[in-house]
Amino acid sequence: MSQVLHTPPPTQAPADDDLAALAARHGLSVSGARPTLPEYVGQLWARRHFISAFATAKLTAQYSQAKLGQVWQVMNPLLNAAVYYFIFGVLLNTKHNVPDYVPFLVTGVFIWTFTQSSIMAGTRAISGNLGLVRALHFPRAALPISFALQQLQQLLFSMAALVVILLAFGVPVAASWLLAVPALVLQFTFNAGVSMIVARMGAKTPDIAQLMPFLLRTWMYVSGVMWSIDKITKGDDLPHLVTLLLQLNPAAVYIDLMRFALIDSFHAHQLPPHVWAAATGWALLAGVGGFIYFWKAEETYGRG
Amino acid sequence: MAEHSEKVPTVVADGVDIVYRVNGTGAGRGSATAALNRILRRKQAEQAAGVRRVHAVKNVSFTAYRGEAIGLIGTNGSGKSTLLKAVAGLLPVENGHIYTDGQPSLLGVNAALMNDLTGERNVYLGGLAMGMSREQVKERYQDIVDFSGINEKGDFITLPMRTYSSGMAARLRFSIAAAKDHDVLLIDEALATGDRSFQKRSEARIRELRQHAGTVFLVSHNNKSIRDTCERVLWLERGELRMDGPTEDVMKEYEAFTGDKNDRTDKKPAPKKPAAKAPTTQPDAPKVPLPS
Repeated sequence: MSQVLHTPPPTQAPADDDLAALAARHGLSVSGARPTLPEYVGQLWARRHFISAFATAKLTAQYSQAKLGQVWQVMNPLLNAAVYYFIFGVLLNTKHNVPDYVPFLVTGVFIWTFTQSSIMAGTRAISGNLGLVRALHFPRAALPISFALQQLQQLLFSMAALVVILLAFGVPVAASWLLAVPALVLQFTFNAGVSMIVARMGAKTPDIAQLMPFLLRTWMYVSGVMWSIDKITKGDDLPHLVTLLLQLNPAAVYIDLMRFALIDSFHAHQLPPHVWAAATGWALLAGVGGFIYFWKAEETYGRG
Repeated sequence: MAEHSEKVPTVVADGVDIVYRVNGTGAGRGSATAALNRILRRKQAEQAAGVRRVHAVKNVSFTAYRGEAIGLIGTNGSGKSTLLKAVAGLLPVENGHIYTDGQPSLLGVNAALMNDLTGERNVYLGGLAMGMSREQVKERYQDIVDFSGINEKGDFITLPMRTYSSGMAARLRFSIAAAKDHDVLLIDEALATGDRSFQKRSEARIRELRQHAGTVFLVSHNNKSIRDTCERVLWLERGELRMDGPTEDVMKEYEAFTGDKNDRTDKKPAPKKPAAKAPTTQPDAPKVPLPS
């Protein structure tokens, strides 16, 4: 385009006050303004079916091109567990310190993967779905929540595989398995909250998605996925602060809760102190805080 | 334009500016240093740090009234789609305000659909994404499938959408998008999909939507469909509102501007919607090749 356009708009543009007053007189509202928090919660609730349908659709679409199809939902976590067992159980021989090492490790890997992939998906929830954000109206929190829900569904498949592994290694079925349900609910709330926080950050600065794998890997190695935290914290050689941080680490809390629920040789004294309080506290803090933090920037999502 | 004091406005745009910021255009000296600059000195030195500002819409004001169908025209990259997205509240405005009655919706669910899922599941997903309830989607499901004509040549709706031809996929997308009634409806180049019989059906559906909707905005490069559907036209050029008025007046100017005038006066001196002319004979086709 090289021609120069002289474009005085021929419409007699009325003064600003007139248009604003006209809009106010007819009760028009500002387009794309952020709703109040209660309204926002209401809108989100109204879209609950979309949230679950979107999560299920993403999950199903994942393996729809594979020959084995949905079998991969279970195969994937099993193979993952096998690799970790090979490295940490066979090559590095970590297992001598822990009874029932394979169930211990696999539980840790699955529960950790749930948090890890929820957060990873969260960083791209807005920045990776700009097309959707720019085409349709819905409370944007639906996206990170939906991705966290997808990971929860994925985890349920993994849990099915986990039950098989548990039984194969002679872990008895117990009433304490029911504790897995509240533990998962709390962990899901925590994950969704953190997803919303990183979703807002990732929407503003997409570079977060590049940084996140390194942060998450570091977090994994201090969360006792392959080793037992209580073995380290029992000794007196660690400063008190480090012990406290290791024990209050939300990932460690949720992992150990699940181990306590499922594995009979993982006893209550191996749990960090006040574990249910910590699990609930983290869930509330991340869930409520993350939601409000995300809502505060609602009207800015989708900017180029 | 006369005074519309007794008409009910549905969309009021008041001095709207829209600016895109684009990272990583390498406008600064060496893009890595530029990036670092950008992080360190956030607000002060956007320009110096290689962030390009694209001023897509400049000081546009207009008022749309209930029952109007308004065409948006302009050459590629003149800000039509951007303005539409801002009216829908999907893009934030830099300056000015856009006031709307109810929630304007963009006719488009493409982004919510997934190619790896069956057409059937996409109908549900798309409907839910547009804010329909489960029951509403169930109720309209058969209408949507019938309208799309996907099942005319066999049971295609239960196949994944990636197996559809591009025409079939476009038809299904339009059918899903058009299934909902809207207060203010914004249509961005939706009429150009599918074969001739589907186009006729979708034009009829648009007219129907117009009766339910308060106001319809239509972006198109197809001058015929603008003439067929709209009584008022806004002409955007380089982000500025160049003209706003009755369809014929604006279209005449626009065609002169894009250089269509000669072709058009040869073929039809009185541009009075010749229904026999299919879009393939549109004289403006080579001039304005692609939807923005």
